[in-house]
Amino acid sequence: MEGNAHVYQKDHINTDEIIPARYLNSDQEAELAMHAMEDLDVNFIKKVKAGDFIISGDDFGCGSSREHAVWALRGAGIRAVIANSFARIFFRNCINNGFLAIECQDAVQKINNGDRLKIDLATGKIINLTRQRTCQFSPLPVFAREIIDAGGLIEKIKKELG
Amino acid sequence: MGATITEKILAVHCGRERVRPGELINCEIDTIMCHDVTTTPAIDMLEKNAIPKVFDPARVVVMPDHFIPNKDIKSAEMVARIRCWAKSQGITNFYDVGRHGVCHALLPEQGYVTPGKTIVCGDSHTCTHGALGAFSTGIGSTDLAATLATGKLWFKVPESMLFVISGKLPAGVYAKDLILKIIGLIGVDGALYRAMEFCGEVIDELSVESRMTICNMAIEAGGKSGIINPDAKTLEYVKTRSDESFTVYRSDSDAGYCRTVEVDASGLEPVVALPHLPGNVKFVREVKAIPVDQAYLGSCTNGRIEDLRVAAQILKNQTIAAGTRMIVVPATTEIWKQANREGLFDIFMSAGATVSTPTCGACLGGYMGILAAGERCISSTNRNFVGRMGSPKSEVYLASPATVAASAITGKITDPRQYL
Repeated sequence: MEGNAHVYQKDHINTDEIIPARYLNSDQEAELAMHAMEDLDVNFIKKVKAGDFIISGDDFGCGSSREHAVWALRGAGIRAVIANSFARIFFRNCINNGFLAIECQDAVQKINNGDRLKIDLATGKIINLTRQRTCQFSPLPVFAREIIDAGGLIEKIKKELG
Repeated sequence: MGATITEKILAVHCGRERVRPGELINCEIDTIMCHDVTTTPAIDMLEKNAIPKVFDPARVVVMPDHFIPNKDIKSAEMVARIRCWAKSQGITNFYDVGRHGVCHALLPEQGYVTPGKTIVCGDSHTCTHGALGAFSTGIGSTDLAATLATGKLWFKVPESMLFVISGKLPAGVYAKDLILKIIGLIGVDGALYRAMEFCGEVIDELSVESRMTICNMAIEAGGKSGIINPDAKTLEYVKTRSDESFTVYRSDSDAGYCRTVEVDASGLEPVVALPHLPGNVKFVREVKAIPVDQAYLGSCTNGRIEDLRVAAQILKNQTIAAGTRMIVVPATTEIWKQANREGLFDIFMSAGATVSTPTCGACLGGYMGILAAGERCISSTNRNFVGRMGSPKSEVYLASPATVAASAITGKITDPRQYL
């Protein structure tokens, strides 16, 4: 998994900033993606390429429970969000969608905007190819891995329902 | 060590003697509430995955509220789809226009919230219902789909954080001031992943509606839930609205809390949360007469009858400042009718305010009171994020209904105590 870093040093980036409510009359990923992060950075969608990463501070994804926030970022091409910490509902929504939310304090300090990153999930490493640095992140909890491995929560319960 | 009310409710709902913070459980859900914005994606997921039936239609309550009455063609299509789905699933608890309201005000009002229940909804302010001693939390659309399919949902048992509120709220200071003060104190992620349990003489004195205001904003401190141990007031509120049987759980005196925060309410004053975080809290007297273009009274936080009464008392025989517009949005149809019977609308409209039908509307920047670039709003709602009520260049200041009313009169952010 390799892509460029988009660093937002701010704490408490909320789901209204990730996808404003005025666009919630749609749940189509491609449409939501056009407005991802719009109120924080109007050029976001132009800058992002498929496979890129967002790097941010504390409490990423706080506020509204709208899963549209995950869909907007994924639709925009974001492969993972790496943050100091995540708000609870956003974190659940990421796991349930098989979308990566990686908690890593170190990364936020060691990554600059535009750096080329490589993420190795098996070893829990973020390799900053631009700066030749590596940071370690805590692996996802086992239950979260189970959901992600199943292809998301719905796939998991489908199996359980038989 | 004893257990908290949250741990007791969760234990019973996963068939265990007790649960401890950090444990993962699969929990029975008693009530699943669906609104317009987050439900259609859940319906899509169920249909795409050939899960034809909801687990138990009797446990599902559908209350479209965000863009209700329909704001535009897209939201009309969304609700039309939900209407059709509910019918096909045999869901009879459907609150369509005419019985509609903001879901977190409507659910307890219509008797769906009883102590000891587990409740989920695809909305972050679902924490409101802990005010009646239920475990209630906000989820996303995938969680909603999973719960609709199975009647169960996974949780990590939260640590509980205890807030002991002593003293007495001074005149002109309300539940909203108290919860904003608490969020200011611990920060917008000060209760991240935790259950916020509120107790103490101030909480005992509060009405059930005011307790809802407190629990409603637990999410603004990052909390998983807000909860208050049921008492005689809770039981009276519930018994007049529901004939369901229920079990009351209360925290043991030796229950374990990860942190206890003590607040003496006697020294509190009216507060306001400045843009762009609910934790950015100052006393009203500390902010220097900030002009406002709009005063908004409504939402799941403060659109209930007691909120309208407080505002009406202040606005009686007063005139809203030139250049300021005031919008009053009763949270439910029943509240609307009650306010109408009590003559509150006459007071609002004589003062120069307008009254709308119940809706989440402008609270989340939907419609019916959107702000232009450069505009400022004093609001009884719950979030003042960038662009929350409209233009990303507008500003939202959060306050109590009393402060909203007083500010409408002067056209600038004003301490309401001079009007009491």
